[in-house]
Amino acid sequence: MNDPLHSFLFGIYPYIAIAVMLVGSILRYDRDPYSWKADSSQLLRRKGLRWGSNLFHIGVLFIFFGHFFGLLTPHALYEHIIAASSKQTLAMVSGGIAGAMAILGLFILIWRRLADARIRATTRFMDMAILALLLAQLTLGMLTIPLSAQHPDGSTMMALAQWAQHIATFQPGAVEHLAGVAFMFKAHIVLGLTIFLVFPFTRLVHMLSVPFKYLLRPGYQVVRRGRRASSLG
Amino acid sequence: MSQFIDRLTYFSKVKGTFSGGHGILTEESRDWEKAYRGRWAHDKVVRSTHGVNCTGSCSWKIYVKNGLVTWETQQTDYPRTRPDLPNHEPRGCSRGASYSWYLYSAARLKYPLVRSRLMKLWRAAKAEYPDPVDAWGSIVSDPVKANEYKKVRGLGGFVRASWDEVNEITAASNIYTTKTFGPDRVIGFSPIPAMSMVSYAAGSRYLSLMGGVCMSFYDWYCDLPPSSPQTWGEQTDVPESADWFNSSYIIAWGSNVPQTRAPDAHFFTEARYKGTKTVSVTPDYAEISKLVDIALHPVQGTDSAMAMAMGHVVFKEFHLEGKSQYFADYCRIYTDMPTVVMLEEKDGAYVPGRTLRASDFEGDLKAGGNAEWKPVVYDEGSNGFAVPDGSIGSRWEGEGKWNLGGTDSASGKDLTPQLSFIEGRDEVVGVAFPYFGNQPHDSEIFAHTDHGSVQVRNVPVRKVKLKGNKEGLVATVYDLMAANYAIDRGLGGENTASGYDDDVPYTPAWQEKITGVPRQRVIQVAREFADNANRTEGRSMVILGAAINHWYHMDMTYRGIINLLVMCGCIGKSGGGWAHYVGQEKLRPQTGWLPLAFALDWSRPPRQMNSTSFFYAHSDQWRYERLGVQEILSPLADKQKWENHSLIDCNVRSERMGWLPSAPQFHENPLTLAEKAKKAGKETRDHVVERLVSGDLNFSCEDPDHANNFPRNLFVWRSNILGSSGKGHEYMLKHLLGTQNGVMSEDLAEMEMPKPSEVGWHETAPEGKLDLVVTLDFRMSTTAVYSDIVLPTATWYEKNDLNTSDMHPFIHPLSRAVDPAWESRSDWDIFKGLAKTFSELCEGHLGVETDLVSVPILHDTPGELAQPLGVTDWKKGECDPVPGKTMPNLVEVTRDYPALYKKFTSVGPLLEKLGNGGKGIGWNTDTEVEFLGKLNRRVTEEGVSHGRPKIETDIDAAEVVLSLAPETNGQVAVKAWQALGKITGRDHTHLARPKEDEKLRFRDLQAQPRKIISSPTWSGLEDEHVSYNAGYTNVHERIPWRTLTGRQHFYQDHEWMRDFGESMCVYKPPISTRTITEALQKRGGDARQIALNYITPHQKWGIHSTYSDNLLMLTLNRGGPVVWVSEIDAKKVGVADNDWIELYNVNGAITARAVVSQRVPKGLVMMYHAQEKTINTPGSVITGKRGGIHNSVTRAVMKPTHMIGGYAQLSWGFNYYGTVGSNRDEFVILRKVEQVDWLDKPYAEGQPLGVADVEAVQ
Repeated sequence: MNDPLHSFLFGIYPYIAIAVMLVGSILRYDRDPYSWKADSSQLLRRKGLRWGSNLFHIGVLFIFFGHFFGLLTPHALYEHIIAASSKQTLAMVSGGIAGAMAILGLFILIWRRLADARIRATTRFMDMAILALLLAQLTLGMLTIPLSAQHPDGSTMMALAQWAQHIATFQPGAVEHLAGVAFMFKAHIVLGLTIFLVFPFTRLVHMLSVPFKYLLRPGYQVVRRGRRASSLG
Repeated sequence: MSQFIDRLTYFSKVKGTFSGGHGILTEESRDWEKAYRGRWAHDKVVRSTHGVNCTGSCSWKIYVKNGLVTWETQQTDYPRTRPDLPNHEPRGCSRGASYSWYLYSAARLKYPLVRSRLMKLWRAAKAEYPDPVDAWGSIVSDPVKANEYKKVRGLGGFVRASWDEVNEITAASNIYTTKTFGPDRVIGFSPIPAMSMVSYAAGSRYLSLMGGVCMSFYDWYCDLPPSSPQTWGEQTDVPESADWFNSSYIIAWGSNVPQTRAPDAHFFTEARYKGTKTVSVTPDYAEISKLVDIALHPVQGTDSAMAMAMGHVVFKEFHLEGKSQYFADYCRIYTDMPTVVMLEEKDGAYVPGRTLRASDFEGDLKAGGNAEWKPVVYDEGSNGFAVPDGSIGSRWEGEGKWNLGGTDSASGKDLTPQLSFIEGRDEVVGVAFPYFGNQPHDSEIFAHTDHGSVQVRNVPVRKVKLKGNKEGLVATVYDLMAANYAIDRGLGGENTASGYDDDVPYTPAWQEKITGVPRQRVIQVAREFADNANRTEGRSMVILGAAINHWYHMDMTYRGIINLLVMCGCIGKSGGGWAHYVGQEKLRPQTGWLPLAFALDWSRPPRQMNSTSFFYAHSDQWRYERLGVQEILSPLADKQKWENHSLIDCNVRSERMGWLPSAPQFHENPLTLAEKAKKAGKETRDHVVERLVSGDLNFSCEDPDHANNFPRNLFVWRSNILGSSGKGHEYMLKHLLGTQNGVMSEDLAEMEMPKPSEVGWHETAPEGKLDLVVTLDFRMSTTAVYSDIVLPTATWYEKNDLNTSDMHPFIHPLSRAVDPAWESRSDWDIFKGLAKTFSELCEGHLGVETDLVSVPILHDTPGELAQPLGVTDWKKGECDPVPGKTMPNLVEVTRDYPALYKKFTSVGPLLEKLGNGGKGIGWNTDTEVEFLGKLNRRVTEEGVSHGRPKIETDIDAAEVVLSLAPETNGQVAVKAWQALGKITGRDHTHLARPKEDEKLRFRDLQAQPRKIISSPTWSGLEDEHVSYNAGYTNVHERIPWRTLTGRQHFYQDHEWMRDFGESMCVYKPPISTRTITEALQKRGGDARQIALNYITPHQKWGIHSTYSDNLLMLTLNRGGPVVWVSEIDAKKVGVADNDWIELYNVNGAITARAVVSQRVPKGLVMMYHAQEKTINTPGSVITGKRGGIHNSVTRAVMKPTHMIGGYAQLSWGFNYYGTVGSNRDEFVILRKVEQVDWLDKPYAEGQPLGVADVEAVQ
């Protein structure tokens, strides 16, 4: 498999995408902290959000963590608990349900964004672009399910996981694992990486800020003594 | 530091705890706080104020950040008051704080705009005619072309233009009009100079140099209370709000202090902490009701009945029964109560006639000159008739005896004028008084009683021997008042009341039927009010406002209240008096401003016009007049004398006799009259008089629908006349603008009513009289939408100007915090630019011309001694035509048109030649002009202005005002008091000496609000010891009021006053405007509807009356036009809160949402003033045109007594006296709108301008 495009897309592009995502996010967090937000349009109109937003977020979060653990957990860790074929079936069923929820939610969100004049007026290009990307990605992901059903042994899944783990652990030869994988999967991967790439330029950055600290907050009155004050004192 | 790296110290952030672990101490970057601090950081703070008519005149801090105005907050650096008085601040309301929204809003006008159809015509004309004046002529002289753009006025369609181009069109139009029809066909409307004096002066200076007409506003707004000039010879003078604190009994009568006087309301509250008792009088549950001890709710429009009953109580108990020596002494010196009135025999009884004059006696009682203008009293000391000093006759005699010293003008000895003849009477006779309270009204809301129209009551009289051995009967005003109030004095006869429960006009029991207010309350308030005034020597006050002044018979309400105040000795006393607040009419540095504003430094007199008569005539409202003169005539008047007189006929007579001004003036161009006289070999004046007598030349007022007499150009600046004050809005749209309108009334011919006898009738009324409407504004107001050219002006934070108010003694600057945004310019720069283009373009059309200006007989000039003993009309051969005496004065003025710009930008030489002054006081002002030459520098270019002090910038103009005015220049104040001293024969300079060296410059005002200096052109003092209070110097310096007797007038003896039954205050019910019956029959259909009395108070959600179209105000209110209606009436027609409703009558229609509220009494509907037509206004179902504004259902109805002139205090003055635009007697029909039509379809060519006629509904 010496196709240079193939090597680039699955051997180099992942690092570009992840690097842009990491460096971009840090820079944005640092240089433009007031843009670090979900940009919710809930203030403008609550209608459609209860179903749209909840369906989408529940579905997409499930898929995200499904991919994360499904792809990055080494086979050795789970092979005693669940067979690859069973894992694939689980992934197909649960992912299919979650994917359907997310797509339905996304449709509601897109409809809401386009149909409501107030929201449309405050919509920027990237707000629409990311919705379109997510819709495309979810659609691709759903289209892989029938493909997976053709080979229920889990081999494709294993190959994809191998690729991902090689990439994540900086091992050479990651590209080879995708040699025989169907086009649909590859497209899904490239688009997924592209979402990583554009991540810091979109409202998706809100994913990185979760107010966990309120759960374990040590004090209710916070006195912030600035660093300079302490050095003087 | 990096936000990201800071995040990595998450676990080591907490450096310690406190409060048992509930608090934590961290060491972390606090840089994020900068964002919040930066939100409120700014680059500079500039002092400015709001150029709005709210009387607030509040000093504001304007915050500027990155070259933009960000917000404003109240200034808090007013000079402190005295220790016993609360401070002025905080001033400034939350509504004013919304102003900065306008600067960068969508409503802001950013570029000069021209109606696109006009622009197309203009560019085509310019291609054909290289000369712009000819090009303009080619458009407007072609009716097809003119109609092309006139008919779409108000429908949008503006295109952006350059300043050069709009100046060219406007100047060309002005020049064409001046040349073809006359400069008096160029009209300018701008109100309330006090809110931004320099901006006003910019336009008025341009117009005055041209010979154009400046229009009045105060009378047109109906804020002018004609009873003030009638009583005091003063336009309006009132106490500052701080003086409320000095009062111990305040009645807020039709004035909603916390809502419309927000920055001053704190004094009202503070006075209550001190123990002041407060009373409110309003028909609705207005906000003021929460601040008072007693709230009275008379039926709207019937306040004078209550005032008469209170007068009845006070006069009876405190005057006749002698409870108050203070009242008696005060009235003897400061009022016309002892003045002697002649009685005329009529139908077996007597009627009060004119006052007895020195000239009625053989030898004129040795009173000296002007004997016809010296009323007579009866002196108790010498037991004879005598002439006291201080009358209008002695004012213009030049003997230095015009004062209230109480001396005999013949002997110089002290007089004791007798108040009543009851002791030394020769006889008791029956005197007839008119009664109007028996007139039934169309509506049940206004109740009437069944007392006779003529009430004969016994009055003690003396016999007097007159010139030519005639004998007459005379009575004092005091005795006539007692009889007018119908108080039984034991003289027998009928129609008087011995007790308050008697059913006789004007007892407390009588008023109960009309006003609905319990008699006990009326008696209680009257007694308390008078008792307090007696104990405190005058510290009882009435705060009153437009609410009760906007009725047709407002004089009666006002005089009813003024009578109370004057008979209780409250006028001119700290904490007492008449506190009439309506708008910012007090232009404190007036005498410094007048020369700048009307170009008096270059030519005199300027052309000024009273707007009510102007709009009544030229928007053809007279063609639809439904009120006949006979209806309002006194039952005692000679009906035949008034036969064939309609209201406009009275106005024509008034103009002809030199009473009211005219504009346009003559049927011919006034620039041609001198030339014609020259050809005839005669003096212009004589020739014009001859031609007027022969009928060869006519006044324009005699044929306002003739094309020669149309007003042609209209400038509107600092105003929203078509969105706020334009009574008869739809008539203006129809006849002045010639565009879509909702007029549904038939005209006199269609109604088969008598046509005017003095005015030419044209079968078809002209539409679209105005060729060009130019509006200057900073926002797209309703008026701007209807204009042909819209010029973007600087906002109140983008220009330098001056602002004063009657509510406090400070003078405030408007300051240029930022440069005018986009392409906007200050008013001064706009008119300066226009002047320049005019001067350039007029070459070849206009050169040095002789203009003949007709000027009415003016108050505060020697001319006011014009027609002393009766009314005679030269046109009917009753007297000789004498300009300035029996007809308007005719003055030739030379106009150098090509030099207009040079004159505009420099101080002219007439100030040195003729001096400066005002209100009948004049002084030399050479020093100040010399000083201005140094301050503003002198003109170096050749021409008429060479060597004259410059007025280039708005600050230069402000310095002219500040240097020339006694209020802002101590040395001028001293000169002014000296000048007055020569007339009064007393020394008044001690009032200004302590401030002689105080001179306010524009930048002083920007540093801190500065108090003005006491000046003789005002009747109050502004010093360290007293708060400003009207009439204070009259009482404490013994300076006479500028009236016939020199005293405060209870009695109006002018013939027309007597004919209309207003020589003394009476109750007059609201008039019937007859605007609903016909509308109901024709257009009512089977909808559920109800007829209601319609009033237009000032709003809560707007910067005073006008600026309600900003986002903040719209958000707080309902975001569009609303009308308040009572729950009871709403229920009757099935209207729920927030439903769309329609109000209509024959004048037009309004569509708005209903506010259904318990605040409103039944029978009344209120629409807040000036809710812009540009905001959420749908179409009207009935007219099919867009919605309407609050004045769409009104029409101005004039009152003949306001047309009186040539008679002492009843002589005309600009914004001083004249017809007023009342509007509250109006009725509308209210019904629900089921289907709202937003009229959001494109304009269809050829759609009808008027309302389609409908057959009568079965």
